[in-house]
Amino acid sequence: MVIVEFAASLRRHVPCAPQNVAPGSLRTVLEAALTAAPELRHYVFDDQGHIRKHVAVFINKTMVLNRQKLDQVLVSGDSVLVIQALTGG
Amino acid sequence: MQTLLVASRKGLFVVRGQGTQWAIAAHHFAGDPVTQVMVDPRNGDWYAALRMGHFGVKLRKSTDQGANWSEIASPAFPAKPTKGPFADDPTPWNVELVWSLAAGSVAQPGTLWAGCMPAGLFKSTDGGKSWTLNTALWENPKRMGWFGGGNDYPGMHSVLVDPRDAQHITVAVSCGGVWQSSNGGESWTLTAEGMKADYLPADSAQDPNTQDPHRMVQCAAQPDVLWVQHHCGLYRSTNGGQHWTGIAAPKPSGFGFAVACDPVDPLRAWFVPAQADTHRFPKDGKMVVNRTDDGGATFTTFTDGLPQQDAYHLVYRHSLELAPDRQTLAMSSTTGGLWISADAGARWHCVSRDLPPVAALGWVVA
Repeated sequence: MVIVEFAASLRRHVPCAPQNVAPGSLRTVLEAALTAAPELRHYVFDDQGHIRKHVAVFINKTMVLNRQKLDQVLVSGDSVLVIQALTGG
Repeated sequence: MQTLLVASRKGLFVVRGQGTQWAIAAHHFAGDPVTQVMVDPRNGDWYAALRMGHFGVKLRKSTDQGANWSEIASPAFPAKPTKGPFADDPTPWNVELVWSLAAGSVAQPGTLWAGCMPAGLFKSTDGGKSWTLNTALWENPKRMGWFGGGNDYPGMHSVLVDPRDAQHITVAVSCGGVWQSSNGGESWTLTAEGMKADYLPADSAQDPNTQDPHRMVQCAAQPDVLWVQHHCGLYRSTNGGQHWTGIAAPKPSGFGFAVACDPVDPLRAWFVPAQADTHRFPKDGKMVVNRTDDGGATFTTFTDGLPQQDAYHLVYRHSLELAPDRQTLAMSSTTGGLWISADAGARWHCVSRDLPPVAALGWVVA
């Protein structure tokens, strides 16, 4: 399973515990995790389904740079962290 | 006792009082920018539009005067086409700001309108549970001629629902002129004839499609009377926007953002002048409010209670609001000032000069 965790800055608005979801592409994993808190989806993705420019997503310890493709394949044991980026805001 | 909602850079303040006695009674969404607020005159529901720096635009709704808030859907653009005329649209299809909120008619209890930046118009028919982009206007080829005024993209700051006919919608876009629909948004007509944009080349200055109305308001009792504070001066229409007549710039300036009008008297309106577009603060550091009682032929300039030295307050387009009693007028600034007049603008009481920058005001209808 892949564990997906949303930072406190997001959970301040919409509570969401860490989610264990099936492996797959990053988009699939994020979408699966967000089914636990559908209101959180628009906090993470913009209208076009891209990761918001002031949100950062890490796979294990690596930040995701392409905000649109999200086609990286995650395997069981990987972790995803969604945080408030230290940009603009 | 009257209640005023104050949408600020650091949350929504609830201000209560009357006359010269006002106090902040509550603070919601502390720390989060609130860009627009609306009190639904049909049922008293409160709506607040948030613009979270990291997490985008959000809408919150309260059905119990702010005791509890729930998150409702935010207007959002559909997927941008990858083919066709909009594939290369330079405007992002992402709502970055809810700039205007308006309620539909009593006969349409769930209908809401939202004007946004970029300048999409969205409609909800279920009290904000869902929103649909008005494609007739968004896909109008003339939209490609719009441009941002002080912002990266054009934005829709004024949405007016005709009290006589809820199918008649009038919107103003900065910079994209004034548009009207007589069939609930199925088709649109550009109605900015008479306006002049001094910032454009001379032969384009009267192009209705690139005018920059900063704010447009409508007289409820005589909806064919409309007022506009334009980037280049003041305008009034007496025929529902089919033609706009320029108003000679009053002292100290015709530049500004805000306009408020009386809902009954079609001759009365208020403006808050700034020096000029290159100097967006009160002329000579003296804050004033101008009121006309004769349709713009003459103005009375009011200063009583307003700072008259070293004042650099700018009053944005949604920061001048008349209460339902037609006498109580509230005004707020980008540098955190809030003033209320109990006598139609003649004398002002300072509620605070220490608020965060204020974007919008809304009176609670008793």
